[in-house]
Amino acid sequence: MVEATAYPLLRWIVLLPLLAAAVHGVSLAVLRRPLGRAATIALSVGAPALSFFIAFLALLKLVALPAEQRVLGDLLFTWIGAGSFSADAAFLFDPLSAVMTLVVTGVGTLIHVYSVGYMDDDHREDRGFERFFCYLNLFLFSMLVLVLGDNLVLMFLGWEGVGLCSYLLIGFWFSDRWNAYCGSKAFIVNRVGDFGFLLGIFLLFWSLAEMDAATVNFRELAEALPRIAEQSVTLPGWLGFLPGAPTWKLTTLIGLCFFLGAVGKSAQIPLYIWLPDAMAGPTPVSALIHAATMVTAGVYMVCRLEFLYALAPGASAVIAWTGALTALFAATIAIAQTDIKKVLAYSTVSQLGYMFLAAGCAGYEAAIFHLVTHAFFKALLFLGSGAVILAMHHEQDIDKMGGLRAQIPWTHRWFLIGVLAIAGFPWMSGFFSKDEILLTAYLAHEIPGHQALYGIALATAGITAFYMFRLHFRTFLGESRVPVEQRSHLHEPVQWILAPLAVLGVLSIFGGFLGPAAALNPVPGVDPAHSNSLANFLGSVLHGAHHEVSFATERWLAVSSVAVAGAGVLLAAWLYLWNPGLPARIRASLGGLHRWVANKYYVDEAYDAALVRPLVSLSENVLYRGIDVGLIDGAANGSARFVRAFASDVLRHFQSGLTQAYLFLMVLGTLAIASYLVAG
Amino acid sequence: MVEKAVALSALLFVLGALGALTRRNLIVMLMSIELMLNAVNLALVAFSRQWGDLSGHIFVLMVIVVAAAEVAVGLGIVISLFRNRESVNVEDVSLLKW
Repeated sequence: MVEATAYPLLRWIVLLPLLAAAVHGVSLAVLRRPLGRAATIALSVGAPALSFFIAFLALLKLVALPAEQRVLGDLLFTWIGAGSFSADAAFLFDPLSAVMTLVVTGVGTLIHVYSVGYMDDDHREDRGFERFFCYLNLFLFSMLVLVLGDNLVLMFLGWEGVGLCSYLLIGFWFSDRWNAYCGSKAFIVNRVGDFGFLLGIFLLFWSLAEMDAATVNFRELAEALPRIAEQSVTLPGWLGFLPGAPTWKLTTLIGLCFFLGAVGKSAQIPLYIWLPDAMAGPTPVSALIHAATMVTAGVYMVCRLEFLYALAPGASAVIAWTGALTALFAATIAIAQTDIKKVLAYSTVSQLGYMFLAAGCAGYEAAIFHLVTHAFFKALLFLGSGAVILAMHHEQDIDKMGGLRAQIPWTHRWFLIGVLAIAGFPWMSGFFSKDEILLTAYLAHEIPGHQALYGIALATAGITAFYMFRLHFRTFLGESRVPVEQRSHLHEPVQWILAPLAVLGVLSIFGGFLGPAAALNPVPGVDPAHSNSLANFLGSVLHGAHHEVSFATERWLAVSSVAVAGAGVLLAAWLYLWNPGLPARIRASLGGLHRWVANKYYVDEAYDAALVRPLVSLSENVLYRGIDVGLIDGAANGSARFVRAFASDVLRHFQSGLTQAYLFLMVLGTLAIASYLVAG
Repeated sequence: MVEKAVALSALLFVLGALGALTRRNLIVMLMSIELMLNAVNLALVAFSRQWGDLSGHIFVLMVIVVAAAEVAVGLGIVISLFRNRESVNVEDVSLLKW
């Protein structure tokens, strides 16, 4: 194992946002005197910006090292030490966490700037401007702990922290009960995943402890894991229907436990249901937490544990298939949504599915590449939608928009760039990363049914282009459906909002050049060794599959994906631009099918009937009325009632008030004790 | 020697206990209690002499001090009771009951 180079500045990347959050917390909760607008902005935007700057310094330090020694570490203290178990509060900065840290702090800073503009109403109406930034800084701290933690336990701490901040921010405007409900829903659904994550940690630790290699540190795990590679577990009889039963590889079981955690956090089937409802939070929150950073934590975790999944082909296949099915499923739901943020939310679920597809096919670099470009263009799209929502005075229904290009031209331009990037317009960021994923799926011979995976991914690319352009056409082009009295109020947002849009727009255009595949690089005569720079950079951490493939195949795949996406765009244009009356007629003729899709396949209702209501009724009738009120309260109150009855009916008669009666009893008692002592 | 002393002590103790249990006059009850205490003192001194150990004497001195304090408090209570009730009969003070 390569010795990590000590780099004490690392801790400040993490601690600065915590410091800012702590100052806000003290001023709000202890002093009860909010800081005021200027100080809040300086503190909350300054901290992430400084974190980004330090992360950039660390990156410079990292690339100066030889490729195989690119590990920076910073040990704060031994956090937990108990017997053979030990977890440090220590940070690890290798190429993988470097990329994530830069994305989190970079996009995070931009979104903090944006929030200043977006939350201005809350400042003026005194609805917790500073509280918002307190949570946002706290989120950034937790996310950075998750990304930079050098062991599983510290990662789990960050994992729970981001879940908490997500809950706080979704329900930020908690005076509306619906927002509070959505926050709780996100939190509870995530608990299911967290449970899997915890089980994974326990299982991994115990099985390694049996081999005298107990550790939770990532780099030590990578060394120790081959020792349990050949172990297997026997499944109980009632799980006999599972493939490979009754014996599974131990690594597969551990891998699936961790993946359950990723499924919760990254909103994959079957736990994706919280993410669309999480749109109840303010739009910057949707951009930062529910598009660019937190929801990608699952992908990051799978990539971080790539040494585990390399030994667990079964788990990898499950990841690839879950990702592909989620990508397609969520994309189909997005077609029929009319809430601008809901479309983007399902699109996020779908794109996260892409990333898991790549990670499951051992294309970890491709997954991280798409994670980065997705952070750029999805943050841009969410921030753009936020600008639209502000212009429309918190109207989110695209049926009431249309033709907004004339009134908010700059918002329209940046939004269009985001749409083009996600649709995979050639040489924009999404084009390179998506084709990397399609190529990975196409070549993943070790995954059962990889042709089908490729087909699903390709179809999803077409659907994605379709629904994104539908969203764009319905919002910015065509006839205006804005109520007449509102039209004069439409206005371009302030510079606080436009500036981050511009930066993210530029990143969405050129972000793909972080790691363009050599075959697709538009710069002529580029040396393949220097192309695909992101994959080369990550190569010292991520050892995924490397398939040799000819440039011709790669280009042919790219052309077909662009053709499918182009077909999607044309279909959207034909339906929503050239024949504006047609969609309504199609909707009418589809009838039930449209309702089924528009209502998200009634999955929420099915969960409600199958899980939520039985659980609520079990809690209400058995656990609450039966066990809590009946058994526990009954035992507690019953013992008190028994003592009262016994004392009042029996014991009180000894209190006769006659001194000599007391004395007599005392003598009797003394005699009894004395005779016992003498006789015994 | 010690047997006689212990026998006398036991006799005095039983006399005191019977007095405390049967007499209604508070002052007599106090005197009976004093008798019991002194019976114990006698036994302690006798055993102390038997074993050649001075601890018994020390105990006796302690008991005498406590007995003096007890009589002071007890007689104080009796006097204040008599001032209030014009009676020192223990059966007249049985209000503190269920």
